[in-house]
Amino acid sequence: MPAVAIKGVSKSFRAGVTALTGIDLEVEPREFVSLIGPSGCGKSTLLRIIGDLINPSAGSVSVNGKSAEQARRDHDYGIVFQDAVLYDWRTVAKNISLPLELLRWSRTRRSARVDEMLELVELSGFGSHYPWQLSGGMQQRVSIARALSFSPSLLLMDEPFGALDEMTRERLNAELLRIWQETGSTIVFVTHSIPEAVFLSTRVVVMSPRPGRIASIVEIDLPQPRTTATREEPRFFELVTEVRERLAAGGALRGETQEPALAEEAS
Amino acid sequence: MTTITEPAPRGIGRRVGRQALDWLPAVVVFAAGIALWQGIVVGFHIQEFLLPKPTSIADTFWKQKHALWDAGLYTFKEALGGFALGCGLGVLVAMVFAAWRPLGRTFMPYAVAANAIPIIAFAPIMNDWFGLLNPFSKMAIVAVLCFFPVMINTLRGLTSVHPSAIELMQSYAAGRISQFRRVRIPNSLPHLFTGLKVATVLSMIGAIVGEYFGGPTDALGVRILNDSSYGNFTQAWAGIMMASVFGIVFYGLIATLESLTTRWHPSALAFRPE
Repeated sequence: MPAVAIKGVSKSFRAGVTALTGIDLEVEPREFVSLIGPSGCGKSTLLRIIGDLINPSAGSVSVNGKSAEQARRDHDYGIVFQDAVLYDWRTVAKNISLPLELLRWSRTRRSARVDEMLELVELSGFGSHYPWQLSGGMQQRVSIARALSFSPSLLLMDEPFGALDEMTRERLNAELLRIWQETGSTIVFVTHSIPEAVFLSTRVVVMSPRPGRIASIVEIDLPQPRTTATREEPRFFELVTEVRERLAAGGALRGETQEPALAEEAS
Repeated sequence: MTTITEPAPRGIGRRVGRQALDWLPAVVVFAAGIALWQGIVVGFHIQEFLLPKPTSIADTFWKQKHALWDAGLYTFKEALGGFALGCGLGVLVAMVFAAWRPLGRTFMPYAVAANAIPIIAFAPIMNDWFGLLNPFSKMAIVAVLCFFPVMINTLRGLTSVHPSAIELMQSYAAGRISQFRRVRIPNSLPHLFTGLKVATVLSMIGAIVGEYFGGPTDALGVRILNDSSYGNFTQAWAGIMMASVFGIVFYGLIATLESLTTRWHPSALAFRPE
C-alpha cells in the first residue's frame, strides 16, 4: 500500500488561476520524495492538498489507504513550514509537546518524549528557552522535533530550509537524512534548490508552471547513507545536471516568470 | 533574533539594584521638573490661582490626606467597576467577532464609528439615566469608554495569527476551541494589554469628568470642581495629585500583570536592560 496515492488531482483558485492540473503520483513508505520547480508551479499547493489543508478541485488523494481527511484526523501527518511557526508563548519543550497535549499524552510520557526529541535534533538543554532566544536554524530544528514528536508516518516539509544560510542548510540536510533513517518515516519535501533535492531524495519530482504539473521524475540512485562526501561524487553532479535539464525542458528556467507566484500566494 | 540571550541575572538584590539604576534618569528628570516649577512660581511671583507652588500642593495633600484618600478611593471604585465591566464586555465581544467573522465584518464599521464619538459627552445623560448620586452612572460612562480600545485591540490580537500557525493546528486535528485556547488567545495577550492600559487611563478620566457633571460631595471629581470654583486652588491641585496617584498605580498594576503574563514576548526585551 503506497504511503501517498494521488490520482488526477487538479486545483483551481477562485481567481481563475489553475494551480495544478492532472497530477498523478505515488509515494511508497520510507521514500524521500522531493517536489521541485519554480515559483508558481503549485508544489506548495500540492503539499497542502496531500496534508488536507486545502481541497483539490478534482481528483483524489489517499494516505496510508485512507482519505487525506481521515489521515489528518488520525495524526498521520507531521508538517514543517518554511517559517518555523513556533508558538512564541511556549518554551521550546512546550512547543514540541503541543501535538502530544492534543493527543492527551500524560505529562510524564510527554516530558520523556520531549527530551528524546531534543536529543534527536541536538538541542538538549534548550528546552526552557523561548523561541526568540534561538537562531533561525535552531528554531527550524525545534519545528522538526515538534513534527516528529508524535511519530507521524508521513512528514510534509514545505521549503523548511529555504530561509537559512547555505552552511546551516547543508548541516540540517545531513541531520534530516539521519533522522529519516532513524525514524523510518516517509517524507515529501518541497524545495527550489536542485542540490538539496538531489542530496536528500530517493526520487525528485520535477514540476513545471502555468499550469502546475509534473514534468518528469528523476530516480536518485546515490547510495545510502549519504554524507558530505556524497556532494562531491561525480554521480551527484550528473544527477544535479539531469534535474536542471529536466527543469529547463519543463520551461522552468526559460526567462523570467511573467506571472507572479499566484498559486503559491493563494495557497 | 539570531543570538542566544542569557536570562537576566538572578538574585533579588542585583535585580533591584539594576532596576534602580534604570529608573535613575527618570527620577532625576522628575525632581528637576518639580524644582523648575517651584523656581518659576517663586521667581516670577506667579499667583496661586494660576499655578500653586509644588511645596504648598504637597503640604495641602499631606494635611488632607485622609479626606483625599477617601474621595480618591470612591472615584477609583467607580473607575474600577466601569473598567471591569467595559473590558470584560470588550473581550467577550472580540471573541464572538473572532469566532464568527461575518458577524464581526457586519458590526466592526459601527464599532469603529462609535469609537470616534466623544463618548465623554454622554456623561450628563448617564447621570440622568442612573442618578447623579448613583456610582453606576459613572461606571456606565467608564465602561463605554473602556469597551472600544479593548474590543478592537483584542480582536486584532485574536485574528492576526500567522496562517501557518492555524494550518499546523489543523494538521494536529485540533478543533476550533482548541485553536482558540492554544493559539488565538495567547496570541492576543500583548494586544489585549495594549487595550487594557489605554482603558486604565480612560477609566480615571471617565470617572472624574463624570463627577464634574455632578455626584456626591465626597467624590474626588466633585471636590476638585468645588475647590476650583471656590478659589481653593491648592486643594484642587492636591485633588488632581490624588487622582494621578490612583491613575498611575492602576496603570502600573496592569503593566505589571502584562509583564508577568507576556514574558515570552520579544517586546519584553525592549524594556529589559542589556
